[in-house]
Order: sequence, then C-alpha cells, then structure tokens
Amino acid sequence: MWDYTDKVKEHFFNPHNVGEIEDPDGIGEVGSLACGDALKLTFKLDQNGKIKDAKFKTFGCASAIATSSVLTDMLKGLTIEQAAKITNKDIADYLGGLPEQKMHCSVMGREALEAAIENYRTGGKKKHELEGKVVCTCFGVTENEIKRVIRDNNLTTIEQVTNYCKAGGGCGGCKGEIEKIIESIQGEKAGQILEAAPRWAGRLTNIQKIQLIQQTINEQIRPALRAHGGNIELIDVEDNKVIVAFRGMCAQCMLAEFTMKDLVEAKLKEFVSDEIFVEEYEDSTKQPHNHKG
Amino acid sequence: MKTIYFDNNATTKVTDEVLEEMKPFFCKLYGNPSSMHTFGGQISRNICHAREQVADLLGCDHGEIILTSCGTESDNTAIKGTLAAQPNKRKVITTRVEHPAVLTVCRDLENHGYTIVELGVDKKGNLDLAELEEQLDDNTALVTIMYANNETGVIFPVEKIADIVKSKNAVFHTDAVQAVGKLPLNLSKSHIDLLSLSGHKLHAPKGVGALYVRKGTRLQPFMLGGHQEAGKRAGTENVPGIVGLGKACELAAKNIKNENEMVRHLRDKLESAILQSCPDCIINGDKKNRLPNTTNISFEFIEGEAILLMLDKYGICASSGSACTSGSLEPSHVLRAMGVPFTAAHGSIRFSLSRYNTEKEVDYTIEIMPKIVNRLRELSPFVGR
Repeated sequence: MWDYTDKVKEHFFNPHNVGEIEDPDGIGEVGSLACGDALKLTFKLDQNGKIKDAKFKTFGCASAIATSSVLTDMLKGLTIEQAAKITNKDIADYLGGLPEQKMHCSVMGREALEAAIENYRTGGKKKHELEGKVVCTCFGVTENEIKRVIRDNNLTTIEQVTNYCKAGGGCGGCKGEIEKIIESIQGEKAGQILEAAPRWAGRLTNIQKIQLIQQTINEQIRPALRAHGGNIELIDVEDNKVIVAFRGMCAQCMLAEFTMKDLVEAKLKEFVSDEIFVEEYEDSTKQPHNHKG
Repeated sequence: MKTIYFDNNATTKVTDEVLEEMKPFFCKLYGNPSSMHTFGGQISRNICHAREQVADLLGCDHGEIILTSCGTESDNTAIKGTLAAQPNKRKVITTRVEHPAVLTVCRDLENHGYTIVELGVDKKGNLDLAELEEQLDDNTALVTIMYANNETGVIFPVEKIADIVKSKNAVFHTDAVQAVGKLPLNLSKSHIDLLSLSGHKLHAPKGVGALYVRKGTRLQPFMLGGHQEAGKRAGTENVPGIVGLGKACELAAKNIKNENEMVRHLRDKLESAILQSCPDCIINGDKKNRLPNTTNISFEFIEGEAILLMLDKYGICASSGSACTSGSLEPSHVLRAMGVPFTAAHGSIRFSLSRYNTEKEVDYTIEIMPKIVNRLRELSPFVGR
C-alpha cells in the first residue's frame, strides 16, 4: 500500500476544479490511456492577465488525480510568467511529498502546464509533444525531458529517473543511455565532465572476459530483446570472437544481422573490449519459434 | 467500519478450528520433533498426522509430501532440484503467465546457460497444447505450468499436459497454489510429478507450504543442513504451521464441493451485477474455465489503483493488475500475455472470494461499485469523447 500524505488523500477523494473550461485561453494535454495516466488541463485568464480559473480531467492513480487537483489550485491568481516557473518539485512539495515511485505524476502535471502555456502563447499545439531525441521508446521519453527531471530534482540514479519520468521502466534497454545522461549532467554540475569510466582496465583473464560478456548479455542486451519477444544465448567465446544464438522472434527476424551487429557487438565493445566481434551460431536459424503472436 | 475481504487469492483468513489445533504447539508442546526425549520426539507424530491430512486432500501417499515454508519455496525446490538431478538436459518449458515464483526462477536460469521457452496464451488465457508438443524435445528437463492462474482464475488442463510431458520423458511440475482447496485433486491417478501448494491460500497460516514429489521423481534438496523431511528439506519444522496446514487440508477436503457452489454463486452474482450496472466493462479470462472464486474485470477509461483506494474507503479489499499498484510502470504480465489492451489492463480489478464471504457483502459491493466507477469516469478525460 502506498504511503500517501493526508493532503494527497484529501485531493484524491475530493478533488478541486474537475472539468473542462469552455472556450479556454490555454489547453494542455499529456499522457495517454496506454501510458496508464493522462491529464487534460484548461485555464482562463482575467483582464489583468492573471489565471482566473483552471480545471482538469485526469485518468490515473490517486497521486495523478491529487497532483492535477493541487496544480489547478496553485495556478489560480498567477500570471503566465509566474505559472511557467512551477516545477514538478513545487507540485509535489505542495502535497507534502509523493512516494518516490509516484514522482512521475508531478512531472506529468508540469508537462501539461507547459503544453497549456505553449498553447496560450502560440495558439499552437495543445499536446505535450516529443522534442529532441527519444531515449526511452517504451514510454516515449526524450533526452531533453530526462535532462530536465535530473536537473529539477537533482537525481543521481537510473531508478530515480524511472520514478520521475518513466524512462527505463519498460524493457530497460535504454538504461545505459540514461546512466550516461546522469553522468554528463551531474559532472557538469560539479564543474567537471566525467568521462565514462572504462569497465575494462588492464588485461582480463579468459574467465573474467567470459564472465563480463555473460554479464553484459544478461544486463544490457537480453532485456531489450526480450521486450520484443526475442532472446539470446551465449554459445561460446574464442579469443575475441563471441558466438551467440538468437531465439524466439529474433531468430526469425529479417533484421537479425542488423540487430546483432548493432546491438550485441556495440554493447560488448563498450562494456568488455573494443576488439570483440560477434558471430551468429550456425544452427540458430533452425531453432523453432518461441512464441506465437 | 466492517472489512469486506475479496482478496482471497492474495491470502486467506485462518479458520478458527485451524487456530485451535495450532495453539498447544506454541507454549505447551514446543519441543523439537528431532529430539531424543519424549517431550520433543512425540511431536513428530503430529507432523506425521498433518502430512497424512495433506496427502488425503491431494490423493497421494504421505511419503510423497515434503513440507516447506511457502509456495515460493516449493516452486524453487521443484525447479532447481529437478534440474540439478538431470545435469545433461538444459531446456525448461513454462508459460508467460506464471506467478513470479516460477517465472523469475526460470528467467534466472537463462543466466546460467539454460534455454527457457515461455508458451504464450490466447485472448481468453488458454494454452495451445500443440505448441507444447512442438517444443518438447530430448533436451527438455522440466515443464513447469501452473494449475490455475492467480490473476484471472483461468485453469490449465494440467492432467493432459502431464500426459504429454510424460510421453516425452520430461519432468512435469505444476504450481497449484491457487488450485489446492478449490479444485478436487487425485494425484494417484495423475502423471503430475511435482506440485506446489501454500498454506495461507487455504485458510492455514502464512509460513507453511508443501511440495508433492511423486515416488521415483529425482530431486536434489534445495535446503541443506539437516535430516528433516527424510533429508529432502533441512530445517527445524514449523510445527504449529504444519499442524495448521494439516487441519486446513482436512477441512478443505470435507467442504470443497458445498463451499465451491456457494462461492461460485456469490462470484457470479457479483460479476453479473457489476457488468450490468457499469458500462464498458470486460471480463478477463475464460469464463467457462475458471476457479469458482475469482473474477477479473477491466473498467475502461479509469485506473485500477484509484478504484482500489475508493473501494478501500468503503472497507472493500480487492486487488488490481494496474501498473500503479505494483510500483512498476507496466500493467500485469498476465493480462499483457493475453493481449488485453494496455488501456483495459490499467483498469483491471480482481475480486477473489472465499467461504467467509456473505450474500450481504456482495450486495453492498454491488451497490457501491457503480458509484465509484461513475465518480472516476467523471474525472477521466477519455469519457465522452
């Protein structure tokens, strides 16, 4: 059971400002049914340019509903400039805090607000749209968004990033990339750019090398393949040649060569040694299909 | 406020009679059954009796029962113990809808060089046995497939599966944690090799379980460090728990038929009333092939955790396959494997009943449910589009 503050429960059971303003000055939408939470925010200004009224409609858990409710309360009486400065942390603080795994609800509130302000200013898009490179394809989270939550909330671990913006919470294939973003930002802050520490220092024994290859496959490669119904098996290691077999969807995949070269070899070069190259086990194409549909 | 407990697939109330049986074994008969003195040693008779009670419910010999600490331990023992006993075979077949106590163990084996095949299910949650036959080969050490699903209640044809597996000389284990006490079993007439059960799902206390191991099945012990359970499971026996499990099995054997009829009636009443009063609801799982106590309903456009908290306010306990309830970001792996759309999976609620539920409780829930659904749908941006 989640440990919600009284304020969260109060706003969940009796949310304020539910609904949609007719003929609003700004509309912001974020999330979708598939994501598990979604928020539609509308606001109207008075003649002095201050937010007179704000309303919401939310699909989501208790903390998503409570977050939306307090956000609309917070907005009333603010100018657009003041509203634009609200961070997800402000929203969470207003609720007396949220469980760590629910922080993404406060980020959703801030995103909807940004989209609504953008819509007011330009009359353009109402939807919170992806800008920049998408890092997490499962939840459609961009590099910019990840950087933003790391900066706003001073995050230091991948798990935190997942809790705050969902990135990395699906197949987990982007965790390595998230780690690098964290390193670059936390390094920036300390006034020094951290170089990715090489995992491989000095000479590895054969046993160490094989273990490292197996570990890299288990942690970095298999989760991404599994998310698409596939799998990989380490067959053998001969010097720098790594022989693997693809299972399930991967074995049938027309892009098997592409996947192997791109993903497996790149990851092994990155985490084990630059000299690694990958070959596909000959019999693997004869393996039957793992899954149907 | 009175609690209405509709979460019996998570755990159950300990029956009063079970508790009474257990009581003497805390402060009066607290000896160690392995001791040489009468005070302790006599207690092994109580364990023996409990083992017979468990065996009677399963329709097997008492020598085929290993007492464990829980269903998860039984599953771990069955899977790892079987593989350790056949080091030459490196393939395991399971399904995508198993409980984590099986699925996580299998996926971990993958990291140790095993090939794991996860069979898929159709929209109703049923398996395709032809796919199983196709996958079974000489390299297959173990097939582990659950008896009944904890989330949807869907029952797999394990007897048929056991026959197929037997014909290919592999070992068959079934996680029957949700089935024991709810479905009649007779293992003496079955080809099931290993079967896991858990005490607290059938009105015994938490912390006790059992593993049925058919005579002649090779199994390496999982817990080492003592001679208990004929050397198959080390560790001083949880005597009160074991005595409680025995009594609970005896009661289940006696009452299974009448109780199930009563529970099925209440479940069906609850389910059909909710379907009627709340539009845009879907039943997850094969309606004709389910445990009598379970219903899993998806409410479109609203989210499971919010529904649970509203129910909680009225004292009604249920559970959800929504992502938000688990702390993960993706909804139930069972519903996803069935191809339930994410939208419906996020709004899924499981009600699981027991013999302690009443008609009055069901009527009250039937009255409350549409209010909650309507309230949350008023908040939802997806309604009325």
